[in-house]
Amino acid sequence: MSVFEGFKFRRVSSPVHDLDPRVKFLYVCVVFAAAVMFSELLPLILLLLIQVPFILLAGVQRAWLKSMRGASLLALLIFVMNLVSMYLYQGQILLEYSLGMTLRFLVLVESFSTFFLTTSPDQLSLALEQSHVPYEFSFAFTTAVRFVPVLAEEAQTIMDAQRARGLELERGNFIKRVKNYIPILIPLIVNAIRRSLELAEAMESRAWGATEKRTNLYVLKMRGGDYTLALISLSTLTLAIYIRLFLPIPSITTLLRL
Amino acid sequence: MAIIEAKGLAYAYPGRTNHSIKDLSITIERGEFVILTGPSGCGKTTLCRCFNGLIPHFYGGKLEGDLTVAGLNVSEHSISELASRVGLVFQNPENQLFALSVEKDVAFGLENLGMPREEIRERVDWAIKMTGVEDLRDRAPHELSGGQQQRVAIACVLAMQPDVMVLDEPTSFLDPLGAQTIFEVINGLNKKLEITVILVEHRLDLASKYADHVIIMDRGKIILDGEPRKIFDSEEARLIGVGIPRVTRLYQFLKEQDVYLRKVPVASEEASQLLREVLVRDRG
Amino acid sequence: MIEVKDLYFTYPNDVEALKGVSLTVSDGEFVAIMGQNGAGKTTLVKHFNGLLKPSKGEVLVDGVGTKRASVAQLARKVGFVFQNPDHQLFCETVEEEISFALRNFGFKETTIKRRVTWALNLLGLTQYRQTSPFMLSGGERKRVALASVLAWNPEVVILDEPTIGQDYQQKETLRQFIVQLNAQGKTVVVVTHDVEFVAECSPRVVLMLQGKILAEGKAEEVLTNLSLVAQASLVPPQITQTFLELADLGLPTNVIKVHDASRILLNLLEVTP
Repeated sequence: MSVFEGFKFRRVSSPVHDLDPRVKFLYVCVVFAAAVMFSELLPLILLLLIQVPFILLAGVQRAWLKSMRGASLLALLIFVMNLVSMYLYQGQILLEYSLGMTLRFLVLVESFSTFFLTTSPDQLSLALEQSHVPYEFSFAFTTAVRFVPVLAEEAQTIMDAQRARGLELERGNFIKRVKNYIPILIPLIVNAIRRSLELAEAMESRAWGATEKRTNLYVLKMRGGDYTLALISLSTLTLAIYIRLFLPIPSITTLLRL
Repeated sequence: MAIIEAKGLAYAYPGRTNHSIKDLSITIERGEFVILTGPSGCGKTTLCRCFNGLIPHFYGGKLEGDLTVAGLNVSEHSISELASRVGLVFQNPENQLFALSVEKDVAFGLENLGMPREEIRERVDWAIKMTGVEDLRDRAPHELSGGQQQRVAIACVLAMQPDVMVLDEPTSFLDPLGAQTIFEVINGLNKKLEITVILVEHRLDLASKYADHVIIMDRGKIILDGEPRKIFDSEEARLIGVGIPRVTRLYQFLKEQDVYLRKVPVASEEASQLLREVLVRDRG
Repeated sequence: MIEVKDLYFTYPNDVEALKGVSLTVSDGEFVAIMGQNGAGKTTLVKHFNGLLKPSKGEVLVDGVGTKRASVAQLARKVGFVFQNPDHQLFCETVEEEISFALRNFGFKETTIKRRVTWALNLLGLTQYRQTSPFMLSGGERKRVALASVLAWNPEVVILDEPTIGQDYQQKETLRQFIVQLNAQGKTVVVVTHDVEFVAECSPRVVLMLQGKILAEGKAEEVLTNLSLVAQASLVPPQITQTFLELADLGLPTNVIKVHDASRILLNLLEVTP
């Protein structure tokens, strides 16, 4: 599915890729907070646009467009549902409001997509470790990510092996089709369990759990660019709060009339 | 000084009535290259797991008898304590690599031991160099071939600088050239770093030329233990059904007809040399 | 008969695995497809039962193109034993496991019972009829997988890397079994990189390299050509290497079997056995 392509990390180098993942996560949180604060179109459009320089700087625009394309169906659904529900609820067609809700969704997709496109699972796990999340969790996360392609391949092989025994996955009514997946699921699960046992043996053999104070080959250090982004994010947040509390926001219709 | 000493070793997996290894006693000297072989189910894998403490600590149950590896009694020391003395490389390359880059995988064991970062960095670089996987440093395990993965697995174990490296059928999933590369890497580590190697293998054609000590097991017991050529030529080895090198078999056929080669060959280079001597002598 | 005509195949991830392969496997032949891991061997044979469809070119099984036929249709004629039996086993008993394909192919229950008994007998698994396949050892599971394919009596049997992880005795038993299958008229295709195994059975050998056929011919011709074998990243049989090093003494250069080697040497030394 192409929408997932928009979230897969690619090993490219760019200033954004090299930023500390914790700072990037801060940026995502700030965007999230700001998006939730406003339902007016003007600030949301601004939020959508100010992220674009990051995307271009990271060079991930093509993949990001794929994620936006994938999200557009859901966005349309949100738009229609808001329009309909507001009409039923308040008897009015609130075009701007519905558009705003849709935009809010898109802003969030945009920021999460940028985050995952520019942060490798390794960096993520390192960020988790350094944020004092117990090592077991970040290890479970990395191992899961590492084995996703392996499991996908194995699922394909199992399907091939069973099809070669006459199993027809495309035929039959709904119930039959579901039953036909049992010969696929059972080997998949059994092999996953076997694999876990082998992994556990290998982990133990390499001193897993030897000491509480586990060290790391890499360490995340905040650098100039990281502090800059952190500063920008926090100032943006402050500005957003200020605007929300103290400044009136004109609606688009008002602006168009001017 | 023996690096591994086993006396009367016996073990049954919890829940099973029959013993996987019975009354097993062996001595392995430091620096030896040992080949451990025997039919499927003979207990080779069980014995390997004893060497680094997976038995009894991971599998449970009681390990009867005495086993000392690199000065540590296996039953009395945890797996993580043994991990810096004994490394174990498993059969399936895919299931030994957990990280998303080769570098991180090689560092894994050292990180677990809580080593300081600079030391980890040094050892990782060294292990990667010794196994010849420098150009794979940043690659994810899934992008590597089986042979490359196994070399990385060896690097992961090597980084912990063990005295003994145990490899349980490491070339099962590899093609012949991949297998040869692995044997050459292991042999290099054995000769250059004096790491004692215990290699469990069926592919004796490719591996036997490196060994200076062969142990053959059958049904949980040690049947033959000693010098490779003598053992491969023995009647018992044939009866147990071990796949001795083809050239050794040729030597035996010739011997049956009273044609004697000077030595028992295990590799083709030796065999052709020895045959040449006999053929030239015959003509001359 | 299986005809492969100028076959090209590219995987969805844009890797071109087969680049113009043409091959014919006649009825009753015994063929070994060899080459290093990644040469395209398994990709090729997966076209024989329709698991993969050609990107370009065509594959015909008994005159019928595989592009339009379903895997189930082709599998009825072409049995495929996968490398890892654990990718197939899922039933509660060995009996059910063997019956699975028979049911898929629409055999009558009475026929199924008969075939299952026959297959269990053939592979020495009768005592495991009611056993769970997961309780069996690795070698026994391999036999169950093989039995479940032979049960429906396909004309062609493909074995993908059957010697991996097997000890010497198991390989010998398998080798004799395969030779017997072939003697009974089945077409046997073995995908392998195990040179010594192939040397002892002398099938027709097809060498593959990077998606193309590098060479094909009798085992004695192909496996003794050092340059071809090296290109395919294989290692020649020990006996072959030994004899080739003695070619200057007049030894024949097409020897792959130990028995032949011994006979030739004894002849040369004029020793009568």
